[in-house]
Amino acid sequence: MLIRVPPLHPLRESDVTPEAVYRDRRRFLAGLGLAGAALAVPGLARAAVRQPAELAVGNRSELAGGEAVTDYETVSTYNNYYEFGTGKGEPARTAHTLRTRPWTVRVEGECAAPGTVDIEELLTGLEERIYRHRCVEAWSIVVPWVGFPLSRFLQRFRPTGNARYVAFETLYDPEQMPLTRSGVLDWPYREGLRIDEAMHPLAFLSVGMYGRVLPNQNGAPLRLTIPWKYGFKSIKSIVAIRFTERQPATTWQTMAPREYGFYANVNPEVDHPRWSQRRERRLGELWKRDTLMFNGYPEVAALYTGMDLKRYY
Amino acid sequence: MRGGALVALRLAVWLLAGGPLLWLAWLVAGGRLGPNPVEFLEHYSGDWALRLLLATLALTPLRRWSGRAEVLRVRRLLGLWAFVWICLHFATYLTFDLEWSAALLAEDLVERTYIALGFAAWLLLLPLALTSTRGWQRRLGRRWRSLHRLVYPAALLGALHFLWLVKADVREPLVYLGLLAVLLAARLPRRARRRV
Repeated sequence: MLIRVPPLHPLRESDVTPEAVYRDRRRFLAGLGLAGAALAVPGLARAAVRQPAELAVGNRSELAGGEAVTDYETVSTYNNYYEFGTGKGEPARTAHTLRTRPWTVRVEGECAAPGTVDIEELLTGLEERIYRHRCVEAWSIVVPWVGFPLSRFLQRFRPTGNARYVAFETLYDPEQMPLTRSGVLDWPYREGLRIDEAMHPLAFLSVGMYGRVLPNQNGAPLRLTIPWKYGFKSIKSIVAIRFTERQPATTWQTMAPREYGFYANVNPEVDHPRWSQRRERRLGELWKRDTLMFNGYPEVAALYTGMDLKRYY
Repeated sequence: MRGGALVALRLAVWLLAGGPLLWLAWLVAGGRLGPNPVEFLEHYSGDWALRLLLATLALTPLRRWSGRAEVLRVRRLLGLWAFVWICLHFATYLTFDLEWSAALLAEDLVERTYIALGFAAWLLLLPLALTSTRGWQRRLGRRWRSLHRLVYPAALLGALHFLWLVKADVREPLVYLGLLAVLLAARLPRRARRRV
């Protein structure tokens, strides 16, 4: 017969906090704090708790001349995405209303095989590219984007000889984008490229950054990434792509043609009418640095041979 | 209780104008200026400069409306605080955007309207700050009053400076311009004002 005498301190094995949890107590506490903050601020809750899913990335190319990558926190909280507010910090707080699933992209116009693609089909065979990103407002970041070459994607639809330009369109849904009701811009947001620019090996479509799915405020689920042009050309949350014969109307160019051109190549020699483009501030740095021609991607210069870049800004 | 009211008014001015400076110091100390600290400093100091300038201009109508003369006795204090914020704003730009290069400043003044507008506002307010003492007030006599009317064009230039630099969303600068228009209209001689 087993006689069990309970010890003076009646603790059982199951009462002990597992070592893994115990060792992780700081993170657990941080989590509690975060949850508390999240409860207090509903917008923050969604932003903080939902960590974007990781993506399987194959090839990695460093294409920013070895410059330090900007931290994720900065890139995901300092955004120009007017559909979610005109302040830089606003999209990170408000873009959680964007529904990125289900999501399809319609490709049409001057092509032999128009069609609609589901975003899920685009999440394989991904590569990473570290690019500089220069905003027309004279700030810049270095971002490891995850995606695929734009040319590879466009060729699937077999553009015809008439396809001289490619037009892109962002989702426009006032229900998911309540701030668009104030009409700061003429929605939907539109952008465009000349076909040879779109087919250039540097032109990229991103579905992620920093090895993870794009946060909504960074243009989820699919955005353009054109490293040698000002950031506003890299249109976010794309729902439609159209091959056209004529140069498409683009949002900022329509809005203020003297200030924003169709080409919008990063060019320190051509100032914005209201501010200089000669220098820029890399986020995370106090002092400005010189802006590089084509944002430091001289390989695209051949696209513009013989063009007066002061006229075609 | 006149003395008491004046003390309360002075305290209110120090809280209104100095409070944001303490808050800024707390943000700086904790590294809480966000991803673009320089831009934050420029916007924050510019916002407060414009707000305090408008608050200063609100004192004359406020005196008329409240009928209390001591309101005007904090006008110099508030005006000087507005100038302090404008100087902070200008110094941030000179330091972090221009690194104190006179050549860059000259280029900006010639080529960028919004910089020229802001600089002109600062320049107009500079003699006002310098002659704000009782001594100068006495020495200049009646000319002091005319000189200090420069605050009106300065405020207008400040508000236009803001309007000129925004990219697309002009709502906020238009609010400042609208408030300024109201404050200036409140000064028109009574017979020039149309009865509503």
